[in-house]
Amino acid sequence: MTEIIVVTSGKGGVGKTTTSASLATGLAMAGKKVAVIDFDVGLRNLDLIMGCERRVVYDFVNVIHGEATLKQSLIKDKRHENLYVLAASQTRDKDALTQEGVEKVLDELGKEGFDYVVCDSPAGIEKGAHLAMYFADHAVVVVNPEVSSVRDSDRILGLLSSKTRRAERGDGAIAQHLLLTRYNPARVAIGEMLSVKDVEEILGINVVGVIPESENVLAASNAGVPVILDEQSNAGHAYRDTVARILGEERPLRFVDVAKKGFFQRVFGG
Amino acid sequence: MGILDFLKRKPEPTATVAKERLRIIVAQERSTRGAPDYLPLLRNELLEVIKKYVHVDIEAININVERDSGHEVLELSVALPDGKPATSSAG
Ligand SMILES: Nc1ncnc2c1ncn2[C@@H]1O[C@H](COP(=O)(O)OP(=O)(O)OP(=O)(O)O)[C@@H](O)[C@H]1O
Ligand SMILES: [Mg+2]
Repeated sequence: MTEIIVVTSGKGGVGKTTTSASLATGLAMAGKKVAVIDFDVGLRNLDLIMGCERRVVYDFVNVIHGEATLKQSLIKDKRHENLYVLAASQTRDKDALTQEGVEKVLDELGKEGFDYVVCDSPAGIEKGAHLAMYFADHAVVVVNPEVSSVRDSDRILGLLSSKTRRAERGDGAIAQHLLLTRYNPARVAIGEMLSVKDVEEILGINVVGVIPESENVLAASNAGVPVILDEQSNAGHAYRDTVARILGEERPLRFVDVAKKGFFQRVFGG
Repeated sequence: MGILDFLKRKPEPTATVAKERLRIIVAQERSTRGAPDYLPLLRNELLEVIKKYVHVDIEAININVERDSGHEVLELSVALPDGKPATSSAG
């Protein structure tokens, strides 16, 4: 059985592509056969974050239109032999993706023995986002501790439980995982940022992980290496924990508290 | 200036304000999810009418559309405040 995971958010720029790249890589590190698909037609990005941009020959839309086979279009990851990337097309044609086309590609990936297909959704709630979530078994809803992102993620949670194939067929609910990213414990501590608990309470769902705000994320994208592979960074470790939890392991949350201050700092501030 | 600052009451942390605003808007949007577009307007007009009789906040009005064997039912609930009704001087 192939499990389809959509990474979605509603609001743009919250970390979906960053998360898709690290999630797909993390699943591959756990020995799974994984494909990660960029659904952001027109704005190809995942290839850069995965570091395979110069090896894109055919893309998702080429496969759907029968201009290339799936095998020709899947780009094998340099670091993990059981990980493949399917790039987004750069066409400006908004109707390039069709429901039948997406279904055909996902079915074929199933026949090829993939364990997981990670779908990197575009922002918004339009067609591309709809198609990315429609066939999903799991959803990772990426949210930032910020009002508009939290509100949008509630919209998305609503759509996941009504506008997906599972919902329409009554096949049982999609497994929903809330991932809080760009978290800054220091700002939370002084009341400038919503806390993990705040976000959980507002949305009525617990987080599957918390990814701290980290400079290493930019460095990782500069290098084209998913941040989960950065052993020096808290964000990387937080992604590893998250992937383990999605695979059913229990792990405590890390990097959610400010590092304890010494006595003098407590007394004199700073 | 240091002492003045010390005496000033601390403002509410912005995160607390954010949480309260979100709590309200998320509850409201959930209650009308998938429902006809006129519901928010209807809710506002109902509030105006209800306010003539009793002081309630828009938060107190909950509108739901239930789908039930082929037909839709508009469900409306108003949480009345404890105690005193509004003086009927509204108009
Ligand atoms: N944990 C983090 N710490 C610091 N920066 C981050 C973090 N996560 C993501 N970013 C940065 O935020 C920006 C947006 O990230 P990303 O492209 O993953 O978002 P997205 O949701 O895919 O955006 P879009 O909606 O445009 O597809 C990038 O510059 C990325 O480096
Ligand atoms: Mg993206």
